[in-house]
Amino acid sequence: MLDAVIENTAINLLKLAVTELPLDIKQGIKMALEQERNDIARNQLNTIIKNFELGANTNTPICQDTGTIIFYLTVGEKFPIISRLPQILKRATKRASEIIPLRPNAVNPFTNKNSGDNTGKYIPFINWEITSGDALKITAFPKGGGSENTSTIRMLNPGLGIKGIKRFIVDTIILAGGKPCTPVILGIGIGGGTDIAIKLAKKALLRPLSRHHAESEVAKLEEELLILTNMTGIGPMGLGGDTTVLGVNIEYAHRHPGSFPVAIAFQCWAARKASAKISPDGRVEYLTHKIKGD
Amino acid sequence: MVEYHLRTPISEKDARKLKIGDMIYVTGDMFTARDSAHRRALEYHDAGKELPKDLTGKVLFHCGPLVKKMNGGYRIISAGPTTSMRLDMFEDKFIETFHIHVIVGKGGMGPRTTAACNKFGAIYCAFTGGAGALAGKTIKLVKAVEWLDLGIPEALWFLKVEDFGPLMVAIDTHNRNLYAEIAKQVVENKQYIYARI
Repeated sequence: MLDAVIENTAINLLKLAVTELPLDIKQGIKMALEQERNDIARNQLNTIIKNFELGANTNTPICQDTGTIIFYLTVGEKFPIISRLPQILKRATKRASEIIPLRPNAVNPFTNKNSGDNTGKYIPFINWEITSGDALKITAFPKGGGSENTSTIRMLNPGLGIKGIKRFIVDTIILAGGKPCTPVILGIGIGGGTDIAIKLAKKALLRPLSRHHAESEVAKLEEELLILTNMTGIGPMGLGGDTTVLGVNIEYAHRHPGSFPVAIAFQCWAARKASAKISPDGRVEYLTHKIKGD
Repeated sequence: MVEYHLRTPISEKDARKLKIGDMIYVTGDMFTARDSAHRRALEYHDAGKELPKDLTGKVLFHCGPLVKKMNGGYRIISAGPTTSMRLDMFEDKFIETFHIHVIVGKGGMGPRTTAACNKFGAIYCAFTGGAGALAGKTIKLVKAVEWLDLGIPEALWFLKVEDFGPLMVAIDTHNRNLYAEIAKQVVENKQYIYARI
């Protein structure tokens, strides 16, 4: 019974994610339009808004690239069927690919064969976090390829300090130009090691646009990076304008004295994610989207 | 912003009238081609083999669509552009060989393609990246699909479109490339940003 609830919820989350942007992203894009001075950029933002409204109203995937399927799980230690979750989510991904539909996006790197149903080795990928309690929180996070291709990690010289981070981020966004489908959201992961910094950068994208980091010093850097990156003039789709970055979210870990990893995860404006909380008795609460008919 | 509504076949003469910053909508025949289709089409040409369909005057769309199979046919659900720069290595020869005069994609193309646009009378237009639902709505019919062995995103999809757009002319036949001009400006802006860091 609970297996079916989880499977159906995961399918619903994938559908919500690919057809309707979360409220914070929609508001962020509309606010950007209000402040944009460049005509071509305004045209691009208007098209983006028209498109995501059409997607939501007609249950159509807003972008044809429905991404690599990634899930973030926060599992209460007392949630009953933890070990079956990977199997359930794989089944949900296959069914969602057919029902919604999702574009088949899982290719074997050696044979170039597309599996046809968005599953394969390690895919869908699951990020696990264990917590207290008995509930399961699932976030579906289909990640587009265009913005993934500009994501980067660099090991900075610790002597460069915070200034080094700012320069690296400005350089990287200039190098990326319009390729990651600007306006983007930047997830920045600092510290740990290479793998940890990249994980944190991606995880930072789960935080809503409107919410800054809890520590004021980090929040200040987020604000400053938003201003600096929008001074580039890259604009929506690289066609010029004031709107290049919608938000900057930073997460950090303590670093090794001799290393200073900084990772940047680019998220295109089609920042698709949807979350729900499932109780052991099968109750489902959707956290990011209003469910039609409710 | 000047707005034009064009119908296929689009000729070299039509393309030469447009300039960067113009906005166009297209009605008529369009086909999709990504990396593998570009490569195979040119290989066919080099081997003296005919393509399954004539491409002359049709709009070339850099896109791997999201497709649903229904009632024995196909329907395009969502079809935004893919990154065009990956196809820059093929495009000058592709324009010349197959008489392409309108290309649609995202992110822009390089000096080789810009030169071919000038020489053979072609324009490159930006369709807003990610706006797949909107594009899907203007695709009225799948006329044919070829080379499905390349996979759904990489196959050649022949489509009938109605007022497909808005498309921003970003490379014109007069050697102007909007992306290159913006990129130059961005590099100039970098010194002001660095001064504030």
